[in-house]
Amino acid sequence: MLNRRSLIGAISAIALLAASGPAVLAQDQVDIALISKGFQHQFWQAVKAGADKAAAEFGANVTFEGPESESQVDRQMDMLAAALSRQPDAIGFAALDSQAAVPLLQQASDAGIPIVAFDSGVDSDIPLTTATTDNVAAAALAADKMAELIGGEGKVAVVAHDQTSRTGIDRVDGFVNRMKEAYPNIEVVSVQYGGGDQLQSTEITKSILLANPDLKGIFGANEGSAIGVANGKTELGSEIVVIGFDSGAAQKGMVESGVMAGAITQNPVGIGYETVKAAIGALNGEELPEVIDTGFYYYDATNMTDPEIAAVLYD
Amino acid sequence: MTDTTAPGQKTGIRISGAFHRLLAFSGLIALVVVFSLASPNFMQTQNILAILQATSVNGVLAIAATLVIITGGIDLSVGTLMTFCAVIAGVILTYWGLPLPLGVIGAILAGTVVGFTSGTIIAKLKVPPFIATLGMMLIMKGLSLVISGTRPIYFNDTPGFTQISLGSMVGSVIPGLPIPNGVLILFAVALLAAFILGKTALGRYTFALGSNEEAVRLSGVNVDRWKIAVYALAGSICGVAGLLIASRLNSAQPALGQGYELDAIAAVVIGGTSLSGGRGTVLGTLIGALIISVLANGLRILSVAQEWQTVVTGCIIILAVYADILRRRKL
Repeated sequence: MLNRRSLIGAISAIALLAASGPAVLAQDQVDIALISKGFQHQFWQAVKAGADKAAAEFGANVTFEGPESESQVDRQMDMLAAALSRQPDAIGFAALDSQAAVPLLQQASDAGIPIVAFDSGVDSDIPLTTATTDNVAAAALAADKMAELIGGEGKVAVVAHDQTSRTGIDRVDGFVNRMKEAYPNIEVVSVQYGGGDQLQSTEITKSILLANPDLKGIFGANEGSAIGVANGKTELGSEIVVIGFDSGAAQKGMVESGVMAGAITQNPVGIGYETVKAAIGALNGEELPEVIDTGFYYYDATNMTDPEIAAVLYD
Repeated sequence: MTDTTAPGQKTGIRISGAFHRLLAFSGLIALVVVFSLASPNFMQTQNILAILQATSVNGVLAIAATLVIITGGIDLSVGTLMTFCAVIAGVILTYWGLPLPLGVIGAILAGTVVGFTSGTIIAKLKVPPFIATLGMMLIMKGLSLVISGTRPIYFNDTPGFTQISLGSMVGSVIPGLPIPNGVLILFAVALLAAFILGKTALGRYTFALGSNEEAVRLSGVNVDRWKIAVYALAGSICGVAGLLIASRLNSAQPALGQGYELDAIAAVVIGGTSLSGGRGTVLGTLIGALIISVLANGLRILSVAQEWQTVVTGCIIILAVYADILRRRKL
């Protein structure tokens, strides 16, 4: 029994050491902790890729973490607290709920650790800058393209991920307001939320289509929503115009095949890259702008392979 | 979840419980030692407090799950019930503007009522606990979204609310040791649950139900009543968890909660409580919850890539349960 117990102990120790092995790092490198809103999602992996690129370029050690789902606000707080205990030189933070994070951000600020916000802003003046997409303008571009494709009149709908996050609010507002202001003959008949879940968004799309047989198009406001909308369209054999948001292998395939007319892409690689670059700039005492616009593009089957677009699309 | 343990092994149960606690406890100590040696940033007051803070919600949920699991049941609704209770507190305090104590009572009462309902469905309608609480998990998830209008409810109008979790009574007495109130609440809930399990009729029936429900029934005990009581108690503890998380975030986040039941159950299992019922301790669960948070925190401090953190956590859970199996084979 004792032998077995020590065996278990030994296995645990080996597992731990094996896992922590690559983490043993040179102490003289700048240490930057990025706390993201997600991790597994391809979008966040692209942000991570950008951060890693900047890390290699500037010789920094960068860690990247995020909760399993974008509702786990408390888990993100635990990650931020652990990152603070690690005493990094700088922190990059994409807040799930900007209010909840304020006490910890204050703690970081008191400890003199510079903070760079990324993806979505924080309602606080603690972050030195925010590296983000202008989501209102990006969704307005989606509205323009939708109007063009449906001939400037008819009914459209929006399937978005949520109405609590900054990106959810900005993209819906950007699309709906642009339609109201610039296209009086287009009516947004429905705005629904599917939590960014493909399956849920599919079901929502089907119910919208069944309720509005004369619908001309749907805007899917993030990757999961957009894929869900396209799947709903396919399942019902509908001919509506679908415009998506972000990329990913599935969505790229749908744009290629024409199920989706096109999509807006952010520049996630740029978001990660600019965040790390701004953090290093802050450590070097550089002046940073309040917002770093990381840009967005509209892509469809005709321009997907242009080098400028292909560089920001991710699988 | 059927049960084969013969009754009348009380001494054996007690000894094995103590032994397993020792095993889980030495596991916790081993982790703390490894991390302390690996990084000077681990054994800092600030970080220890962060670990305890991270344990508070999962610890309270795991205690609720422990009670139910000892009866041989399972409660998958603890996570979303917690969220539901947080939302109820938000409705009472923010929407209705009522005073803080009413919000606290309301959240705990909501948890109790929902737990009572789950217990009734299981005991009276004979729906298996897995199914009944799976259904309740979804009902709570949906109702939280409906009631809150899918937006977080903030507690900005209730200034004392964040003190429930983030304030520090200890810190106001001993300034160098600002243990958050949320951690004290976790310990208080643990003491209360341990007292109920060890010293009351409800506790004795909780174990008896898990060991041999049929025998308890045949000896003329009103099994349904006690079973419902256990689920209601677990529900009220979820209400406490709801207050803790809402207070920590200064908001009731309606989309949160699903998946948290698995972390709670993991803590219970690591702590040596048997999923087939009849056996378990609150102290073990507490240690199990601490192991999970120490592991997560330590791996983060060591800058271990997140993918590997998940792998290591999975290994530790399997090892903990394997150790439990070895021990039982020995008995």
